[in-house]
Amino acid sequence: MMSLKALHTIGEYLLLMIETFKRPDKGPVFRRQLLVEIVGLGVDSIGLVVLMSVFTGAIVALQTAYNIDSPFIPLSMVGYTTRQLMVLEFSPTIISIILAGKVGSRIASEIGTMRVTEQIDALRVMGVNPANFLILPKITASMLFNPVLIVISMAVGIWGGWAACVVTGMVSSVDFVEGLRGWFEPFTVTYALIKTLVFAFIITSVAGYLGYTVNGGSVEVGRNSTRAVVISSVLIIGFDLLLTQLLLV
Amino acid sequence: MIEINKVSKAFGDKVVLKDVSTSFEQGKTNLIIGQSGSGKTVLMKCCIGLIDPDEGEVTFNKRPFSSLREKRKRELRKEMGVLFQGGALFDSLTVEENVMFPLNMFTDMSFEEKRERVNFVLKRVNLVNVNHLYPSEISGGMMKRVAIARAISNNPQYLFCDEPNSGLDPKTAEIIDQLISEITEEYNITTVINTHDMNSVLQIGQHINFLYKGELWWTGDKNSILHTSNPELNEFVFSTELTRRLK
Repeated sequence: MMSLKALHTIGEYLLLMIETFKRPDKGPVFRRQLLVEIVGLGVDSIGLVVLMSVFTGAIVALQTAYNIDSPFIPLSMVGYTTRQLMVLEFSPTIISIILAGKVGSRIASEIGTMRVTEQIDALRVMGVNPANFLILPKITASMLFNPVLIVISMAVGIWGGWAACVVTGMVSSVDFVEGLRGWFEPFTVTYALIKTLVFAFIITSVAGYLGYTVNGGSVEVGRNSTRAVVISSVLIIGFDLLLTQLLLV
Repeated sequence: MIEINKVSKAFGDKVVLKDVSTSFEQGKTNLIIGQSGSGKTVLMKCCIGLIDPDEGEVTFNKRPFSSLREKRKRELRKEMGVLFQGGALFDSLTVEENVMFPLNMFTDMSFEEKRERVNFVLKRVNLVNVNHLYPSEISGGMMKRVAIARAISNNPQYLFCDEPNSGLDPKTAEIIDQLISEITEEYNITTVINTHDMNSVLQIGQHINFLYKGELWWTGDKNSILHTSNPELNEFVFSTELTRRLK
């Protein structure tokens, strides 16, 4: 019974994605919507991303510095560890999970409210493809702008780590920068950006689906918004494992 | 003209519409009336394609809706204007943007032409200086008028109104009814109104279809409805204290 329901949900999600990825009715309208979504989903998240990243970078650097007891481990490892952690995991994965909370719940509740107030029906009877009109700009905006957010997160996270070390005097700027520049593998950034794209698609498409299929009233809108965050977060962690195995190992 | 030919619809074991056949005439206000749960909304949703009937067909000027391909259905939908019960205005758009929406999507008009058309239809529904307001900033009656303006902005051939008076005071309800009736005559469109408001029935009911338990029970006009011998219709028409006293 459970597996049948899961199959039905996956089928419904795939059919919605087919509807979503049709050619937009009007190019200029799509481009305008895309800009609105880039601002709403991306630009409006910069503050949160910067704040989270600066503090996490600082915490990672201080924790690493505190835990280096052995005189055989150089303090430059603090810079190296901060960079690796920010680039490989914190920025692409944890920031994506945070965005699943912020952006995912916003998308699910926005589209869900449009469903229960008949706005989606209004679009459909006007001859507009509602899935394409509402979900495609959000997916495109996130897939275009989330990599920018993640690069910002990497940069300010590393800066946060450096600032924390220098301000507290635990690691010198020279040591930190030496570690930061050592053993750098450019593919790690590519790997992080590939993950970001996949996670951006998961966040927006899952939230779009759960908003679009709301059936009932405000309680169901709230319930589906929560489900959007939970399911996206679980899928992000699952795909993180899968992509790590595929791309790094 | 819209023709309904033996339309049936059931949800699981619950039969909502049974072999309903009728027609909605051009240039007239066609009403679907009946008690709550009689199948009015389902019949209207079958007409506008939000629900597919299990059996039967809805035909728009000889074009059978459910047999059409999706692309043709969407073309046909562009000829429809729909006024939803709650207005269904896009709450992230201003009044002007809401009314301009169908023009943005389906015409190649310049911005000035679109704005001129928007101002014309807003004036037609007696709304001025509200272009910049959002739906949350206007009253229920104004929302209905904006929704009517949006529905007629792209010159529809068919206008569907789902309970246009719900939630409105009697005076505003009368204004909305009058407006729909005038627009129907002025533009010679086929208007279908779903209502259980007897004031509307008596004011604008040119062709009335009474649904009872999913079946078409009676058809007529606003003059004949008061003199019918049909017991179920009589029970519906004279269901309030006011109408019983008047009788």
